[in-house]
Amino acid sequence: MGKTISEKIFSTKAGSPVQAGDLVIAQVDMAMGQDGTTPLAIRSFEDMGGKSVFDPSRIIFIIDHNAPSPLEAVSHLHDLMRQFATQYGVRLFDVGCGVCHELMMAQGLVVPGDLVIGADSHTCTYGAIGAFSTGVGSTELAAVMISGKLWFKVPETIRVILNGTLPRGVFSKDIILYLAGQIGADGATYQAVEFSGPVIDRMEMDERFTISNMAVEIGAKAGLMAPDYKTLAWLKNRARRPYQSVYPDPDAMYQSTRTFDCSGLVPHVALPHRVDTVKPVDEVADVPIREAFLGTCTNGRAVDIEIAARILRGKVVHPDVRFIIAPASREIFLTALEKGWVETIVTAGGVFVSPGCGPCVGTHQGVPGDEWNVISTANRNFKGRMGNNKAAIYLASPATVAASALAGKISDPRKYLG
Amino acid sequence: MILMILKGKTHCFGNDINTDYIISGRYKFKTLDMNELGKHVMEDIDPDFARKVAPGDFIVAWKNFGCGSSREQAPRALLACGIRGILAKSFARIFFRNAINCGLVALECNTEGMESGVELEINLTEGKIVNLQGGNVITASPLPDIMIDILNEGGLIEYIKKYGSFQKRVSSSSR
Repeated sequence: MGKTISEKIFSTKAGSPVQAGDLVIAQVDMAMGQDGTTPLAIRSFEDMGGKSVFDPSRIIFIIDHNAPSPLEAVSHLHDLMRQFATQYGVRLFDVGCGVCHELMMAQGLVVPGDLVIGADSHTCTYGAIGAFSTGVGSTELAAVMISGKLWFKVPETIRVILNGTLPRGVFSKDIILYLAGQIGADGATYQAVEFSGPVIDRMEMDERFTISNMAVEIGAKAGLMAPDYKTLAWLKNRARRPYQSVYPDPDAMYQSTRTFDCSGLVPHVALPHRVDTVKPVDEVADVPIREAFLGTCTNGRAVDIEIAARILRGKVVHPDVRFIIAPASREIFLTALEKGWVETIVTAGGVFVSPGCGPCVGTHQGVPGDEWNVISTANRNFKGRMGNNKAAIYLASPATVAASALAGKISDPRKYLG
Repeated sequence: MILMILKGKTHCFGNDINTDYIISGRYKFKTLDMNELGKHVMEDIDPDFARKVAPGDFIVAWKNFGCGSSREQAPRALLACGIRGILAKSFARIFFRNAINCGLVALECNTEGMESGVELEINLTEGKIVNLQGGNVITASPLPDIMIDILNEGGLIEYIKKYGSFQKRVSSSSR
């Protein structure tokens, strides 16, 4: 019987052939922690009596969630991470480097076929390059830092095939929002998803990352895509380790297969306060907006900033809207500067904040006011997510967010894209 | 071998209670003091929640409890606030693992029709939940062996302290 990508990766990492449902103890290739979860992992490491890490080159710390620090207490937690990293030889990406998931991939720290854990739920993003990567808690990160291993239940896999051709002005974010609406916030719980089909094949890597990133929003443990020539080209000057791409067998056993035709898809928006309450943009057009946010591990990449610049060129952000942009990394920020996108957006009234998670996590850099509607390129719109439980968050593509920032209300970006 | 009988009152919630609701990012990034975080548990959806909990109480929820962020502060703050266990139709997987790793009991069972303020007795050895007022009994889905081993040690910290790494099977107990 054939195997899925997940079954193959776990068979390699557990050292014996396994299939969905098996409980395995597997060797982890990379372990990542960010500043919201690592301080607790360090405490657990100490409580476990940890004296050394299994392999310092396979552990990465990233300060992105509260960067730069908005509070003295946060600065102390950041210093705790820096001290630990120095003491054990762990690589730390400090304030300004960017969002953890962008860095793990763009810096070539993750390669196809890897088994990766991260103390952040959106660790599933690396599925887009064919790595099995999933989120864990702080104490599990500590256990992996000590032992290099973790237990897993090999998941069943749902196959999602995306057919057709994506229309102009409709983006990978619209697809994953639409899928969240169709599959539901718990539709893939305990399971992996394998995305495939001509729509995925035609996507550039940045666009694929958006889809795998949000796999956890339908409950999935991983959101995988088989590597292709674009994956290999993207990895060419990045990968720091040799790797073996993993592909699903043609006769692999799937829990289910769901096929979607993207040819008729329109821009979609997730309504407050659920990722799976999704509507076509026209049905929520004219909702007034007070804040627009472009950034995050979902949509803070070069293509995302570029589309916003295209929409804003020569225009002015609506006076009632604060349009905040957080590039997902320093490299992306530099690209946006070099290409002139930053100048275009800032001239239009946009506000750039430091590369990192920005206002997505609700602690700084754009906490909304009471009764504000916010439109964001993030992956979550839970009540209170951005720091004020009296605000309402709508999720959309970078194009829809930029169009809405201009209009002062939720707007269909297709009107602005020539 | 888990030989624990737990007793407490229920606090009911619906579907998809996410970890931002359990403990908001506004608080969790600032401190590792779980007693402080415990005061703000569920604040965005039930501002008085922390004051209503008596030590040993249970949360009863429907499906996908603990979805969203991987923050382990969620189960730890629930424990600090006095919650001893969660009964839900289903859990988001990261929360489920985090709960067991912290020693917070998490049982998957049919919570249909359960109400707040009811006294329950949970027999962890048998996976049985008894409504002490109504008398009806629910059976929880069994936990994977490794989770039973981790719970038996009182959580993942104690487990790793003892074994140094993950072991396929420690105890011979099974249910």
